[in-house]
Amino acid sequence: MARTVWDSTVGKKAVMAVSGLIMLLYLIAHMIGNLKIFFGAGEFDHYAHWLRTVGEPFMHYEWTLWLIRVVLAAAVVAHAVSAYQLSRLDLRARPRTYVHKRPRAGYATRTMRWGGVILGLFLVWHLLDLTAGTVHPGTFRPGHPYRNVVSDFSHWYSNVVYIAAMLALGLHIRHGFWSAAQTLGAGSRTRDRALKTVANVLALLLTAGFVAVPVGVMTGVVS
Amino acid sequence: MTVHPNFSDSSRYAAYTTGEPIADTKAPSGPVHERWDRRRFEAKLVNPANRRRHTVIVVGTGLAGGSAGATLAEQGYKVIQFCYQDSPRRAHSIAAQGGINAAKNYRNDGDSIQRLFYDTVKGGDFRARESNVHRLAQISVEIIDQCVAQGVPFAREYGGLLDTRSFGGVQVSRTFYARGQTGQQLLLGAYQALSRQIAAGNVEMHARTEMLDLIVVDGRARGIVARDLVTGRIDTYVADAVVLATGGYGNVFYLSTNAMNSNATAIWRAHRRGAYFGNPCFTQIHPTCIPRTGDHQSKLTLMSESLRNDGRIWVPKAKGDHRPPNEIPEQERDYYLERLYPSFGNLVPRDIASRAAKNVCDEGRGVGPGGQGVYLDFADAIRRLGRKKVEEKYGNLFEMYERITAENPYEVPMRIYPAVHYTMGGLWVDYDLQTTVPGLFAIGEANFSDHGANRLGASALMQGLADGYFVLPATLNDYLARHPHSDAIGPDHPVVQEVVAETEDRLNLLLAVDGDRTPDSFHREIGELMWEYCGMARNEAGLRKALERIPQIREEFWRRVKVPGTGEELNQSLEKANRIVDYLELAELMCLDALHRTESCGGHFREESQTPDGEAARKDDAFSYVAAWEFTGTGSAPVLHKEDLVFEYVHPTQRSYA
Amino acid sequence: MKLTLRVWRQKNAGAEGHMSTYEVDGISPDMSFLEMLDTLNERLILQGEEPVAFDHDCREGICGACSLVINGEAHGPERTTTCQLHMRSFEDGDVIDVEPWRAAAFPVIKDLVVDRSAFDRIIQAGGYITAPTGSAPEAHATPVPKADADYAFEHAECIGCGACVAACPNGAAMLFTSAKVNHLNVLPQGAPERETRVLDMVAQMDAEGFGGCTLTGECATACPKGIPLTSITHMNKEWLRATRKAARR
Repeated sequence: MARTVWDSTVGKKAVMAVSGLIMLLYLIAHMIGNLKIFFGAGEFDHYAHWLRTVGEPFMHYEWTLWLIRVVLAAAVVAHAVSAYQLSRLDLRARPRTYVHKRPRAGYATRTMRWGGVILGLFLVWHLLDLTAGTVHPGTFRPGHPYRNVVSDFSHWYSNVVYIAAMLALGLHIRHGFWSAAQTLGAGSRTRDRALKTVANVLALLLTAGFVAVPVGVMTGVVS
Repeated sequence: MTVHPNFSDSSRYAAYTTGEPIADTKAPSGPVHERWDRRRFEAKLVNPANRRRHTVIVVGTGLAGGSAGATLAEQGYKVIQFCYQDSPRRAHSIAAQGGINAAKNYRNDGDSIQRLFYDTVKGGDFRARESNVHRLAQISVEIIDQCVAQGVPFAREYGGLLDTRSFGGVQVSRTFYARGQTGQQLLLGAYQALSRQIAAGNVEMHARTEMLDLIVVDGRARGIVARDLVTGRIDTYVADAVVLATGGYGNVFYLSTNAMNSNATAIWRAHRRGAYFGNPCFTQIHPTCIPRTGDHQSKLTLMSESLRNDGRIWVPKAKGDHRPPNEIPEQERDYYLERLYPSFGNLVPRDIASRAAKNVCDEGRGVGPGGQGVYLDFADAIRRLGRKKVEEKYGNLFEMYERITAENPYEVPMRIYPAVHYTMGGLWVDYDLQTTVPGLFAIGEANFSDHGANRLGASALMQGLADGYFVLPATLNDYLARHPHSDAIGPDHPVVQEVVAETEDRLNLLLAVDGDRTPDSFHREIGELMWEYCGMARNEAGLRKALERIPQIREEFWRRVKVPGTGEELNQSLEKANRIVDYLELAELMCLDALHRTESCGGHFREESQTPDGEAARKDDAFSYVAAWEFTGTGSAPVLHKEDLVFEYVHPTQRSYA
Repeated sequence: MKLTLRVWRQKNAGAEGHMSTYEVDGISPDMSFLEMLDTLNERLILQGEEPVAFDHDCREGICGACSLVINGEAHGPERTTTCQLHMRSFEDGDVIDVEPWRAAAFPVIKDLVVDRSAFDRIIQAGGYITAPTGSAPEAHATPVPKADADYAFEHAECIGCGACVAACPNGAAMLFTSAKVNHLNVLPQGAPERETRVLDMVAQMDAEGFGGCTLTGECATACPKGIPLTSITHMNKEWLRATRKAARR
């Protein structure tokens, strides 16, 4: 079955849809966690610490977190590899473009490929910035996420990169969520409007939720 | 070069001779409803293990060819199949709109095989064979079963059962349909069955390949010469039998409802090789087509006859009344079909509806540009049924009309005018669908058999599928069983070489003329001539004039035609020109047949033969026969062979739809 | 009307092609687009030039032969086939670009003519119901709910023209394939081959070199028969279902 799925364009799209939905679920949780920053350093840092102790005493320290990280990493890899392979196939299937050009499809649809690449690059930067701390603009202090976030967004370029990436994320989710539903066969004529609404709401909420943090820092609500 | 186009004057051509009558059509004797069973029982069978050793060529992939190819392959024969289109799915059967008849009697409205048989013989104006028509009526019920099993999405009622509607010329509701796209759906069913056989390796399919001649060895059809339309390569294909399912020849008229590339080359070349041509003058002019808009017109579009179920046909009572239709009050309208034929009204058969339209237009009461049109009005139907219901039934037809004319038929009555649609004539075949060349079979519109002088609506699909799915597979079996050992013939066989050389010479000659007129200009010219003199009404003077003109046009064609490009590539001008070569000969035979038949019957209306009130007058004593013509050379007088028609069950009466 | 046409000319499959410019005059708004091209071709023949080759046959919008990309749109600005597009959709003096379908799976044969035999092979892979002649039960033996019959019909309307592939930025044939899968899979008669049909047809579609679906919706917008985009969704569902069932076997 795995072979059939991976060898088929329809199957590979299903892989993209499932991995995308996994990431989407994670992002919702991630965003909710982020918003705790508005309730002060104590609550935020406590939440960050809890992430490492979830599942204890059954799980060892950080085991759950690593499990989540492994699943997420697998989703990212599956999503990216499928996207890369499908894109290559798509470009090969249409080697020649029309002389007469005209605008095609919606903006969100057209930007899926490059939007995805941007999000991938952002992910690397984001991990190096706030998880590993190697490209952190100020002094990175492991175990003090609140301080790290505040110092990060005190630099203008961090804000620019982050906000731009979140806008790209919104567009990506807008077409991606609806598209995943179609790929998994969940769409229908009667459900189409509902799916599009959910996609738009998700895109809007996630973008707004994530962007709230740098905006909070910039405006001094979080300091 | 071996081709020497033969030119002659009309008098020589018209001086045809009468040869031996055709005594035996191979129909079994006995009660008419037992004949098909008897024929099948008496047929010899080929052992299933031996079928793979027999090759059958099928030319054409429409309803008849597609269904025949699939069925023969299912039976185990090796089939080589051809179509000029890029895919077998595009054959022109796809354009049939209205429906397919079957004597299922699902409506409990008094229908039966007997009634379908009776209606078809009567509808054909008593110029069809009883044995064939009865067989057709019997098989009609199996066709519906077969198509449903294949997944043809016929219209259904809320209970999940099949819906039917009524059609011109009958008083029962026996027409099964799939909105306005019945032909498309039936064809896709046959195409899918054929595709399954192609995938299984039982059918070798050659798309974009056109048959250009027939190979006859020792008096039997053994193969064809065909041109690959992409590379231009001329190839020969040999087989144990050849089946022509290449459709009708309505494109002789240039403007018709046929597809642009539908042509008569396969049947005409077969005719030249010895197959008799039956009733060439029987052409059907369909009453409900969209009128032409100008000289640029390349084809005519039919609006399904089913529209006559709810649409009312009328013209203004007064000559030259140019008011918009909605401003003409009810009492100043002439619903002429309802007036002249009260019991059938707008549902009279096609030939009658077409001629009535011509008559009112000739009187100067026609509407639209040039006065060549009548109204088909849905205002009453919309009032009675509501717009939604009308839309459900005819929505796609209305859309099509609006797209072509830019007029909205929900608000303005449609304008319609008759156009050439179908040819009842075709290659003469016996009860087994075999032509006078042993081993050469003709099915569907390509043969002349079942519709007599006029075809009823929704009967073409029935006949095509009956021939392909059920009749031919049984009778071809018998032929192959009786001719089990064919000597292999290769490309170096002298007959093959000769036919190939003739074909190549003809194409080279067309390319070499390098004149100053396009192929289309000749097609238009011959078409206009045929419409004028061999169209809806014919008379001796006109036909003689046409017979005089045709050889002149032919001579001019070979002197002035211009075909650019070469023969070794995709060359659509060459394809067209080569088809016109055959139209220029076939047209002559059609006119001669029309000239010799001095009666009016069905689609053939001779002005000299009419009743005092202008209805067609049939002459059963003199013309109750099939005219089967034998070819003797281009422009030289053909030989007429008569096949007498015997009516044991349906006794000829003057048709009355009043 | 007077128009300027820029038409893709290509001698044969192997040759390089280019856009050629032609002026056409005396065009009536009542002409179909193909009749306008006929006019051009008649003139080219008389000038001793090769006419523009294009596929066409029924000219009433049902055979699916005609296949032109007009001003970047498959079948031109109206939602119909090229043969049913009339010149009244254009204005006097317009410049019109005419190109062939573009997709790796549809190689150009000459000028505007492309090879669409890949579609036939997709159907051959499973786009049928196995019902050999003579084996059929009585037509009323299995009632089909009207809704299912209508659904089947709406998908069976596909004319196989290939506009969906031409319009798709990925050269995908999902709409074509799904139309046939849905037509047959919804019917009780199609049930026995429901799983193999969708798996085999999709596999063939991929093997022909069509691209994957990114749900841009261009196909459904271009489809002259209005096959909806949800057709693809339903096929995806059928495919996933079939894959699950095949794995269980």
